[in-house]
Amino acid sequence: MALTVRRSIIAAAFALAVAPAVVAQERSITVASTTSTEQSGLFGHILPIFTRETGIAVRVVALGTGQALDVGRRGDADVVFVHDRAAEQRFVAEGFGVERRHVMYNDLVVAGPAADPAAIAGSRDTADALRRVAAAKAPFVSRGDRSGTHAAELRLWQLAGVDPATGRGAWYREVGQGMGPALNTAAAQNAYILADRGTWLSFRNRQDLGIVVERDARLFNQYGVMLVNPQRHGHVKAAEGQRFIDWLVSAAGQRAIADYRIGGEQLFFPNAAQAEPTS
Amino acid sequence: MNDLSAAFGTAVGMIAAGDAALAAIVLLSLRVSFTALAIAALVGLPLGALLAVARFPGRRAIIVALNALMGLPPVVAGLLVYLALSRSGPLGPLGLLFTPSAMIIAQALLITPILAALARQVLETMWEEYEEQLRSFGTGAARAVPTLLWDGRFALLTVLLAGFGRASAEVGAVMIVGGNIEGFTRVMTTAIALETSKGDLPLALALGMILMAIVVTVNALAQGARDTASRWAG
Repeated sequence: MALTVRRSIIAAAFALAVAPAVVAQERSITVASTTSTEQSGLFGHILPIFTRETGIAVRVVALGTGQALDVGRRGDADVVFVHDRAAEQRFVAEGFGVERRHVMYNDLVVAGPAADPAAIAGSRDTADALRRVAAAKAPFVSRGDRSGTHAAELRLWQLAGVDPATGRGAWYREVGQGMGPALNTAAAQNAYILADRGTWLSFRNRQDLGIVVERDARLFNQYGVMLVNPQRHGHVKAAEGQRFIDWLVSAAGQRAIADYRIGGEQLFFPNAAQAEPTS
Repeated sequence: MNDLSAAFGTAVGMIAAGDAALAAIVLLSLRVSFTALAIAALVGLPLGALLAVARFPGRRAIIVALNALMGLPPVVAGLLVYLALSRSGPLGPLGLLFTPSAMIIAQALLITPILAALARQVLETMWEEYEEQLRSFGTGAARAVPTLLWDGRFALLTVLLAGFGRASAEVGAVMIVGGNIEGFTRVMTTAIALETSKGDLPLALALGMILMAIVVTVNALAQGARDTASRWAG
């Protein structure tokens, strides 16, 4: 008790010292999300629509899925909107999130250099393609940052029956960065890379890279949204956060997502109606 | 070269168009860095002056620590502030994480040692000249601090500019504690990092050129003020 009092006195003194710099009276929520949703421009398209309808401003902190979930665990966001179903289900099971809702999916692609040293261009079997990349010891850039795309990549290597760690430091290159920086690296090194289609389409520095594998069902990438548990973090703006989640899965939100296109191409496919499997 | 000229064209175009989003980012950058500089100056300059004039046990250790802290990696400063301000951290109840205030705190933490260490260096030299004179007036070390700060104000301007340069060029700390939220905590450096990661290198470079232009302007204004003031003083 004494500790709490002392803590709040320190906190209050501190607030007096620095608070005048920020006064944000408007209603707002903080959403921890991924680089793919932010950098593909999806949020730039749908958030103004939501804010216009509800008067709630949405502040997006774009991180890898693993980091975004950590931000939610610490209580530093109201809503988490990411794409790694296994990690999300753990987040909810541990009591950090309230309920996970399906929102949409996009798909991943394998991009690679025009020279195609592993000879996989046009394949629709990602596992087989990765096997051939490993066999050819062709350079492959991995996100290596616990993001949703990184988790998907590791699952695909497992399906391929290859342990990419054996090529670490040689042909398998973990950059530990977001999608964009990883693409920059792959473009500079003429390497293969697993990328989400949204970031790929809006990425400008492709150089010699092109899509080599796509439209494999295993490349579908499901996004989920969760409210950070207000019982664990009392300051969470539960009403506003829930409003955002309800809007995302509503007909209006789903339409806004489907409407977002780059160069005529739809990036995200709403599927909130699909029930969350209980497994 | 083609990229460079494209970037330059983009930069000029954005400035000419008076892009509102860009203006907001520039203003936030200036607000954050100048506020951080003001806080750091209030703490760092008196501390530097005190270290220049006073002799007390542990003084050398503090000087070594300050000099070492000049090399504090911004990412580390950012992480410390992040952990302190996080809802799960000691200052969590303030709810300052992912706000401009958090960025000000991180930058102030980063440049206070720089201001203190450089101010100590500058003022110690002055103190060697003044010491006897001030002592003959019966001025103690504590009273000498404001005198030194005032008499050294022109030299200290360079110290302040060094601090401002470090604050405004810094990206690692403000990215972590500000979150690069569009329209709220996005500043020039985090915008540059974002465009780089989107692969839009010409736009990133254009933003970099604008940032450089701002820093040059601030330095030129400071230099002009100094010249004018020293003419009046002299």
